[in-house]
Amino acid sequence: MATAVHPLTWLSRRPMRQSTREAIYGYALMSPWIIGFLIFTIGPMIASFVISLFSTDFLTKTEYIGLHWYSAAINDKLVHKALINTAVYSFVMVPLSTVIALMIAVLLNQGIKGQSIWRTIYYLPSVVSGVAVSLLWRWLYQPDVGLFNSLLLKIGIQGPRWIYSEEWAMASIILMACWGSGAAMLVFLAGLRGIPTQLYEAAKIDGADSITQFFAITIPLLTPTIFFNVVMNIIGSWQVFTQAYVMTQGGPNNATLTMVLYIYRKAFEGFVFGYASALAWLLFLLILIFVVLALRSASTWVHYERV
Amino acid sequence: MVRLHRLRGSNLIEAIYRFLLYVVVITGAVIFGIPFYWMIRTAVMPAWQVYIFPPQWIPAEIHLETFREPFKVFPFALWFQNSAMIATFNVLGAAISCSMVAFSFARLRTPFRDTLFTIVLATMILPEHVRLIPTYLLYVKLGWVGTFLPLLVPNWFAPAFFVFLLRQFFMTIPKEMDDAAYIDGCSPLGLFWRIHLPLSGPALGVVAIFMFTGTWNDFLAPLIYLSKIKMYTVALGLRLFQGQMTTNMRALMAASLLAVLPTILIFFVAQRYFVQGIVISGVKG
Repeated sequence: MATAVHPLTWLSRRPMRQSTREAIYGYALMSPWIIGFLIFTIGPMIASFVISLFSTDFLTKTEYIGLHWYSAAINDKLVHKALINTAVYSFVMVPLSTVIALMIAVLLNQGIKGQSIWRTIYYLPSVVSGVAVSLLWRWLYQPDVGLFNSLLLKIGIQGPRWIYSEEWAMASIILMACWGSGAAMLVFLAGLRGIPTQLYEAAKIDGADSITQFFAITIPLLTPTIFFNVVMNIIGSWQVFTQAYVMTQGGPNNATLTMVLYIYRKAFEGFVFGYASALAWLLFLLILIFVVLALRSASTWVHYERV
Repeated sequence: MVRLHRLRGSNLIEAIYRFLLYVVVITGAVIFGIPFYWMIRTAVMPAWQVYIFPPQWIPAEIHLETFREPFKVFPFALWFQNSAMIATFNVLGAAISCSMVAFSFARLRTPFRDTLFTIVLATMILPEHVRLIPTYLLYVKLGWVGTFLPLLVPNWFAPAFFVFLLRQFFMTIPKEMDDAAYIDGCSPLGLFWRIHLPLSGPALGVVAIFMFTGTWNDFLAPLIYLSKIKMYTVALGLRLFQGQMTTNMRALMAASLLAVLPTILIFFVAQRYFVQGIVISGVKG
């Protein structure tokens, strides 16, 4: 490698050598990602698929069993349960939190006073996600002296048993997730600022009221932002784990058993690595299908032309 | 006259509209804020008040000594130290590795660069759990399970999201800077080190904040890889509290409050970066 060369010599080199030199530097700087990708991403993904073809606990026995785990998964009642639970979580939480985030963003974008304070309040819950928040919400859901039932009692309603009831447990987890809509709200707020005000002025001259403006200008111009958020949210929602693990341990009666929680149990509590890997791959394929469907649908509703 | 009257009428509607707007925004803010209030209220109220029915909104007395309890039962301070240490290492690792990689993707012409970048984007949407089991087995083989290494090492190999974020940022630096630097005899490495890196303070701040809060809140990885209680992170340790302190809700809420405090503090100090990071990653994506 030519490192300490006089600049003039370097300039006089033929373009071919320049590009070679740039490529060498390019790959050298890229190397952490390339190595990481091989060791921590593509390698494990292939390994995961290979493991899913074996019956093994990596201690006593290892036996090739083909696609047995995959057919076992199809017949596993708990897999069905986990799939339905995760699907409910995803299909309710993603639209709900997107709408909430969009509503808050639009409200805060009305030239409201003290916008940064409101923005902070709405955004803060999404900063503190994780175990602490799950523990807090467990306490809020406490059926007798918790916040929610205490509020409901004030208006004369006997509240449900929330995370302790089979019917309400998943709803409780979804509600908690909506509390964290702030991150998407911030993205939408930034997207709203990017919409040129001339468009609204032109619409006003044409006699469009604010509702028409919202659906004819705001929403269409925000669709790329909404799309990006929805896709990332779908991917995240199918991997829900911490809330279910900390708040309900998947219960009651598996009402909040999610796919990743089930994978975790099979792998790290049951040590059935082959089955867990097969489930992980099935979930991965499922997420992939949703992402591809979302990307396909994009051309019909996402406006990419910038004004 | 008529025109004036109409104007006054629309002003009234406008005023009512503004009023309702503030009512909705404030109500929403109260709803979003109440859980935090309930956490603080529970932590500071006297023990006899926690479980009385109907629940009391205002603590009868303020008991700040509840915040000492988590430290008595568990090595809570040590957990903070562990979390802070892991988060710091990860911030360093992600900042160094991602800025190198992102610079290469943004500025250096290498064969297959665009194909490789598409792969970077693809790994961003890759669910974490598909690689969980083999990486776990790899760490078992390496004897890393039970150490901090599984929580640190992967973040030194350029996590895709931050590569994407920094690349977007580097793309905004004018190309003329590169040409000028090359004419002055800079190597690509010098260009990165002397021009791009000093300009990318804000973007690196974004990476640092996201990496810090991400590591601080992470639960699954510590759960899988850490076994000794002394090596627990705050997030993992809280789980232990839950088992031990189901009856002592005050201490549990005090511990939870302490656990979220660092991320909240960082958020307030660096709010600008948070907003900027979300804008770079969300809107232009």
